[in-house]
Amino acid sequence: MPDARHLIVDQIPHLRRYARALVGDRAQADDLVQDCLERAWSRMHLWTVGTNIRAWLFTILHNLHLNAARKRRNAPGLVSLEANGGEPPVRPTQEDGLEVLGTWQAFSSLPEPQRAAILLITVEEMSYQEAAAVLGIPVGTLMSRLHRGRERLRMLIRDSGGDRMEGGA
Amino acid sequence: MTTTPEAVRKAELHAYVDGQLDAARSREVADYLAGHPEAAGRVDAYRRQKQALRALLDPVLDEALPRGLKAPRPTRRLVHAVWASAAAVLLVAGCVLGWQLRGMAPDDATPGTAVAQQAAVAHAVFTPQRRHPVEVKADEEAHLVSWLSKVIGAPLRAPHLSDLGYALVGGRLLSAPEGPAAQFMYENAKSRRITLYVVRNPRWHGKAEFRFAERDGVSVFYWIEGTLGYALTAEMARSELFHVAQAVHSQLGP
Repeated sequence: MPDARHLIVDQIPHLRRYARALVGDRAQADDLVQDCLERAWSRMHLWTVGTNIRAWLFTILHNLHLNAARKRRNAPGLVSLEANGGEPPVRPTQEDGLEVLGTWQAFSSLPEPQRAAILLITVEEMSYQEAAAVLGIPVGTLMSRLHRGRERLRMLIRDSGGDRMEGGA
Repeated sequence: MTTTPEAVRKAELHAYVDGQLDAARSREVADYLAGHPEAAGRVDAYRRQKQALRALLDPVLDEALPRGLKAPRPTRRLVHAVWASAAAVLLVAGCVLGWQLRGMAPDDATPGTAVAQQAAVAHAVFTPQRRHPVEVKADEEAHLVSWLSKVIGAPLRAPHLSDLGYALVGGRLLSAPEGPAAQFMYENAKSRRITLYVVRNPRWHGKAEFRFAERDGVSVFYWIEGTLGYALTAEMARSELFHVAQAVHSQLGP
């Protein structure tokens, strides 16, 4: 059990990063992480030692996020999370430059399933199998979301003039 | 894309970018890209997307954890103490797994002491929750009780405290060193909350004998009966909680 605790500690910054990117708003993202940790804690006996605790935690987080989003959709009058998606999750630095900001704006406009797939693969660097398990979808579906998301991002960035590809196609 | 056996499928372009190809195939894809600028352009774009997202998101990893991921209700000092530090959430996890409630003055160090500590922490964590104080609400009481009984491996009961003005809110499953534990929560008309914590240890063979512990206004009566350990926790005076403990015990007794 102490091992599980340390494994969970190690994942908190990663859970926060994923939640921040998914939700946008810092306080809401941290609420989501807290809910996730509480749930993980109350169900720690259900986690099998030796199995992938990262996938387990991200699955809990993702499901809580889906439930919350569903509730918000059913509550008319509340602003959707996507509404503040244009703002970057952390203050960009000078070096980040326009390409980073442009990528973020384009990323924020993607449908959430595509954003989740891109985040788990490129930012959290999960294997395709692991990310598919977290999202509860077949690997083929994950690949299709990843592809559509990345292609859409590529088009948006290119159209906004952010594409500085040298010797382009 | 060509139809030759060496043709690189679009999925492989992603796997190439994501480092999820084996070394041999990765070299083949690299060779392919050298002769296919359109595909190479995509790979380059995907890589730059990744770099941009990482540049923006990686700093989150280095942020200090917020003081308590959710602000505790300021009047609850025990909760505050638990949540105050940066690693608050994990301390909470640690608590139930054996963290000592400093200052808690149990009558002695019986197995029940640990139960009282677990119960006090679980009480402090979940009673301030307004939206999700319980996992299963009282309107599904039969299901709640049968579910928790099944997981814990003993027939449990949720005592009825309506004579004392407290209604069942619901309950949740928790994790204790002994194994799964149950928490039942009660609330009165003034939103004061009482929790009953139950955990089972097959090695115990106790005969109910109330013990008492207190810290920062949080009182716990605890006892072991058979293989079940009980702890009743509330922010109330010893004498007041004692009445409740008697009611609980008389309903749960054999």
